[in-house]
Amino acid sequence: MQYSAKVMDHFSNPRNVGELADANGVGEVGNPACGDIMKMYLRIENGVIEEVKFKTFGCGAAIATSSIATEMIKGKPIDEALRLSNKAVIEALDGLPPVKIHCSVLAEQAVKAAISDYYQRQGVDPLPIVGKLADPHACEGGCCTG
Amino acid sequence: MNSITNTIYLDHAATTPVSAEVLSAMLPYFCNRYGNPSSNYGPGQQAKQAVEHARAQVAAALGCTPQEIFFTSCGSESDNWVIKSTAHRLAAEGKRHLITTAIEHHAVLHSMAALEKEGFTVTYLPVDRYGLVTAQQVQKALRPDTALVTVMYANNEIGTIQPIAEIGAVCQRAGVLFHTDAVQAVGAVPIDVHTQNIDALSLSAHKFNGPKGVGALYLKQGTPLPSLIDGGAQESGRRAGTENVAGIVGLGAAIEFATAQLAEKAKKLTALRDDVIHTLTTALPNVALNGHPTLRLPNNVNLSFEGIEGEGMLMLLDMRGICASTGSACASGSLDPSHVLLATGLPHEIAHGSLRLSFGAQSTLQEAQIACEALLDIVPRLRAMSPVWGDILTGKKASLLR
Repeated sequence: MQYSAKVMDHFSNPRNVGELADANGVGEVGNPACGDIMKMYLRIENGVIEEVKFKTFGCGAAIATSSIATEMIKGKPIDEALRLSNKAVIEALDGLPPVKIHCSVLAEQAVKAAISDYYQRQGVDPLPIVGKLADPHACEGGCCTG
Repeated sequence: MNSITNTIYLDHAATTPVSAEVLSAMLPYFCNRYGNPSSNYGPGQQAKQAVEHARAQVAAALGCTPQEIFFTSCGSESDNWVIKSTAHRLAAEGKRHLITTAIEHHAVLHSMAALEKEGFTVTYLPVDRYGLVTAQQVQKALRPDTALVTVMYANNEIGTIQPIAEIGAVCQRAGVLFHTDAVQAVGAVPIDVHTQNIDALSLSAHKFNGPKGVGALYLKQGTPLPSLIDGGAQESGRRAGTENVAGIVGLGAAIEFATAQLAEKAKKLTALRDDVIHTLTTALPNVALNGHPTLRLPNNVNLSFEGIEGEGMLMLLDMRGICASTGSACASGSLDPSHVLLATGLPHEIAHGSLRLSFGAQSTLQEAQIACEALLDIVPRLRAMSPVWGDILTGKKASLLR
């Protein structure tokens, strides 16, 4: 698999790995049977993502997309984090091989799932704000489905 | 260290380096002895003799006569040829059923799929947790219209060695042609086509320190097999195309060396293999061996590391100059992990975390130790960032290892 230097950097030296004990928004997407699962932990204060951590089971691209996604949303207001697109993730990584494009979708979905969880915990319906999320555990939406 | 600079090459099931002896045997046939074996003048006949010498070398390694050896371009061609041509020939007699296993190489499985599209019926024998089929399974699957049974000698991914002689005996009693894809076995384990009741066998030179682009099919004397490649009268009129003379010479030399060194190499590699398996399964938790513990190729290690995915392991190994292989879907770009691992009953999660190390004649204990040390660092590192592993540690998820 031919990965960019940026992907290799984020894979071999991932940023923000771990769990957040005081997270107030947690999202998990993917399915280990399909070979990838991403879990995103957020601590949101006053509408700003103050802290973010992730854990990922998956290929090099899955780890790299989660890592860079955490960097891209850290310290940002929720509405900005919600605008994080898989395209932006790909661009930030200087591209992904075609069969790995879906890893970036998974990263985008993981951020949205965590923000949805945050709103739910606040007693706010996330649907009008975050939108409808794809089935988070379907293999068809998996990282390596091309 | 292997000659690919600063590389520890542990993927000999994929391919092997051409040995210096083999290369030097081949070299004269590129620029000096370049004659076409079909030409009747001196240089042509010189090339012809070289091809026939190689045929005798292959025959000696398998325990058959040179007339029973046909050179091809690769193991896949040998598989395609014997499977498709036998099916097409016997279809005329109303035999339109074939038997194989669920864990064959794609050269066999995709040949079968092509025949199914033509209306043939194929029985895919399931394997047990070790990847084994039995002669009884073959016996039960045989039908009056069975044209061919093909069971791989040793599996390329998990190294499991099948009871070939027993399966061959069952086929012989039933009068059904028995073919084995022995691409991983030749040069690794002793083979005798007569005592093992083998009617047809595929092999490939680059798996035992020969060159790529040349293979052979052993076909028992008197077995009709229509050509797959039509044209000139090469290979007794059964496989057209100007002979890959240098490649064939390389195949002959490689199989002779491999056979001569077989016992010694098998002893060394079995010790290396078992050492690596022992080290990794005892030093790391939740690691399982795939394939059979003893009915196994001497050079094959295949382990599943629970909670992580194979491609990440390969990438981190590659950064340290170590070449290995995985059955994970993510490394191949397909949706499903290895069909072989799934056929042995492994859950998808565990199949995604598989790693194959395959050693070669030149592999050293030091290389194996470096690979083990690397994995003792890499596996915990990937597990530390895996939510699946976290859930197993906290008891939130049960281990799926058996």
